[in-house]
Amino acid sequence: MHIDWNALGEVAVVSIGVAVGVVVIFTLGVLALSHRETGPDRGGNGSIALTGALLCFAACTAIVLYGIYLIVPALHP
Amino acid sequence: MAHLSLLVLVVIITALAFDFTNGFHDTANAMATSIATGALRPKVAVLISGVLNLVGAFLSTKVAQTISSGIVNDRLATPAIIFAGLVGAILWNLATWLLGLPSSSSHALFGGLIGAVWVGAGVNAVHFEQVISKILLPAVASPVIAGIAAMLATYLAYRISWRAAQGPVTSGFRHGQTISASLVSLAHGTNDAQKTMGVITLTLISTGALAAGSAPPFWVIAAAGLAIGLGTYAGGWRIIRTMGNRLTDIAAPQGFAAEASSTAVILSSANLGFALSTTHVVAGSVLGSGLGRRLAQVRWSVAGQMALAWLLTLPAAAAVGAVAAAVAVRGTLGVVVIGLVALAGAVAVYALSRRAPVTAQNVNDDLLPVGARRPLLGAVT
Repeated sequence: MHIDWNALGEVAVVSIGVAVGVVVIFTLGVLALSHRETGPDRGGNGSIALTGALLCFAACTAIVLYGIYLIVPALHP
Repeated sequence: MAHLSLLVLVVIITALAFDFTNGFHDTANAMATSIATGALRPKVAVLISGVLNLVGAFLSTKVAQTISSGIVNDRLATPAIIFAGLVGAILWNLATWLLGLPSSSSHALFGGLIGAVWVGAGVNAVHFEQVISKILLPAVASPVIAGIAAMLATYLAYRISWRAAQGPVTSGFRHGQTISASLVSLAHGTNDAQKTMGVITLTLISTGALAAGSAPPFWVIAAAGLAIGLGTYAGGWRIIRTMGNRLTDIAAPQGFAAEASSTAVILSSANLGFALSTTHVVAGSVLGSGLGRRLAQVRWSVAGQMALAWLLTLPAAAAVGAVAAAVAVRGTLGVVVIGLVALAGAVAVYALSRRAPVTAQNVNDDLLPVGARRPLLGAVT
């Protein structure tokens, strides 16, 4: 019987890495947004926090788009 | 396509009926956590999920080809045998739905087919190596991987955000959840609708209507997508309740972490052509997200019942499929008898479910304190 342990290991490493990565990046984005609303520099324009949040969400969006790319075989013949 | 016999037509309708049960059995996979955390209203959630399942069915047919040429010997499976296998799968799906148990629809289908082929065409028609490497191994590995991913992700999400104001954080994660849940639905459509396509294609190949190794024709893809989409929209509220509220208490960050983990596992393994059970993956993620927040948050009695249902699914569906095949291969009368028995079973399950209905309105009314035990049968008897 042939079991592709390498493939299985690859799935494990990739999925754990991606899942943890996305959640951490998204959490940082949420955190930045919440600092902007309620943090110590409230009243300022909070532009650093906003930029950070936007960067985080942009990274998440890119990963989601890559996920859709993976779901649709027509996109990668 | 000109000469479809009545039997083939019956098989196709039965396959679509299975696809419908597959849909409402698995709505929970994508939407249970979003409904539980309030990220999406129940009716909205099932609508999004239903539509994305339909869309997903059109996007990929890779797994459909794996099934019709891998698990059982295509040339030995007659329509009567496939019919018997589907009956086994449908009855097991209905029974577990009645109990609110999120068991794997894929395993029910494979179990039913294996049992029916075994009895109807002999043990050599079942490819056990394929069964182990393509079904059993992913079934054991995928929930563990998803669970570890969700546990780590949940732990880090709480670790990073614990000092921030909870209002904006919760609302942020809820928005994230709507996207992650949608991705799970889409991936589910590409995975599960294909199983029915695979079965219908297998039937058409077995009667010579299609050449061996053919891809599913367009009408098969459309019908399978519609059946699973409608099933998903019907909403398996009993299973949503178990997955979203009973296994563990889910807050928005956990829901997001669980869904992100499920999506990552489903997508990375779909590339290898595994006929993955989304149910197993999602249950693993939900459990992991409970562990990641605080170790005591998981109701192990519910998890135990689920694990038992998983173990039983393949052999139980196989047993029903085997009995059905023994009768159905005897001829038209046999098929009619099995059809009537299956219909009676479905009606009986539906009647039992009406005694204590679970709907979009009361799906979240069941928040038990952690540690409380309630037998899953309690809602039914």
